[in-house]
Amino acid sequence: MINKQITSPAEAVKDIFEGATVMIGGFGEAGSPIELIHALIDQGTRNLTVVNNNTGSGHVGLAALIENRQVSKMICSFPRTANSLVFPELYRADEIELELVPQGTLAERIRAGGAGIPAFYTPSSVGTPLADGKEVRQFNGQDYVMEHGLTADFALIKCRQADRLGNLVFNKTARNFAPIMAMAGRKTIAQTRAIVPVGAIDPECVVTPGIFVNGIVEIPDPLHESLLVAEERSYP
Amino acid sequence: MNNVANNLPEEKIGWSREQMAQRTALDIPNGAYVNLGIGIPELVARFVPEGREVIYHTENGLLGMGPVAEDGGEPELINAGKKRISAVPGAAYFHHADSFSMIRGGHLDICVLGAMQVAENGDLANWSTGAPGSIPAVGGAMDLVAGVKTIYVITQHVTKKGYPKLMEHCTFPLTGVGVVSRIYTDLAVIDVTPEGFKVVELAPGVDFDYVQQRTGATLQAPDS
Repeated sequence: MINKQITSPAEAVKDIFEGATVMIGGFGEAGSPIELIHALIDQGTRNLTVVNNNTGSGHVGLAALIENRQVSKMICSFPRTANSLVFPELYRADEIELELVPQGTLAERIRAGGAGIPAFYTPSSVGTPLADGKEVRQFNGQDYVMEHGLTADFALIKCRQADRLGNLVFNKTARNFAPIMAMAGRKTIAQTRAIVPVGAIDPECVVTPGIFVNGIVEIPDPLHESLLVAEERSYP
Repeated sequence: MNNVANNLPEEKIGWSREQMAQRTALDIPNGAYVNLGIGIPELVARFVPEGREVIYHTENGLLGMGPVAEDGGEPELINAGKKRISAVPGAAYFHHADSFSMIRGGHLDICVLGAMQVAENGDLANWSTGAPGSIPAVGGAMDLVAGVKTIYVITQHVTKKGYPKLMEHCTFPLTGVGVVSRIYTDLAVIDVTPEGFKVVELAPGVDFDYVQQRTGATLQAPDS
């Protein structure tokens, strides 16, 4: 019998190794797998390259992972937000590397990576500093920039429902990067609010088919990042 | 032309933020699919003229974005500005690659966004001042201007310090080349034309010379 259930977040992240590339789902707090991130902080694995749209907020979740000096490089589109305190400080001190990618290019790089496409051409960023040093090619008289597909050693994502086969259903705008990161991660771990019996999810409504998922961890009542930030909590 | 800050009076005339948004909404036709950027563009949704149905897209993964949630909302239903919002009946959720397929694939009709600078050829700068120590943050802006058919900009006519934001050439790093169609400021509605900036409409109590003095490029007068 296939059973992808893993008993704890600690067990779920135990294979993540020093120097690994880790995709972490979420757009701000929506979809951020905060329990998995905290388990990675407990584990202390360093020198990670992290792919996420942002850089976290306050001193919990992704921001805490960065603050704990476990991330050497961020690949993201929007590294500053109102409560983003940790990353700007380390970036200005030249203690963390940033690869800034337009949001749609980031999404397509992840999708392409997961789909076995090594590179593609996009109109985004043509004529801007973010196209510097990249191949530009004309199609139908228009310039396009070549961008590379992106894969990762691990993807950590969050969903609403999963079955033991790894079929996933998401919640509202928390879906964001999770389905494409699930495809691009060589090992994808999803934390889910609920594990349901096989067959309980209508096959027409499965968003991420189980083939893209290696492990699921049930976290029925996940922490709310914005609440922790408002309470000025920090992790650990 | 870029140092009008020191010798012009600071009186506040022209359109308010809400009026700028309301004026922009007049130009959004029935049936349009529209992406609204962060800031003043978010206000546009409030002012859709009666009888028009417009579908709002937020690039983090929702078509059918409703107003900011009045009941406090929920943390997993947010807009691109990470504000808690509502979804209208008939809304759809999707992942980021689909969301940017809508954008880059030319499926959206209009995008309304903010600007740091706009050049008379339609160049837009809105993601970085390029200053040392500043944290660059691009988000979806470069994809939106590359993929959406019509780009509207809503912005104050000058910076907080009084410097023009509409100029011959942008001095900040570009978001896109020749992408802006129309600009709605607190002072005027201005089109980007092959001949440069052309005033389409002046805010009440504002005359052409007043706008010209606060613009870093030559303006063409409105058709009489």
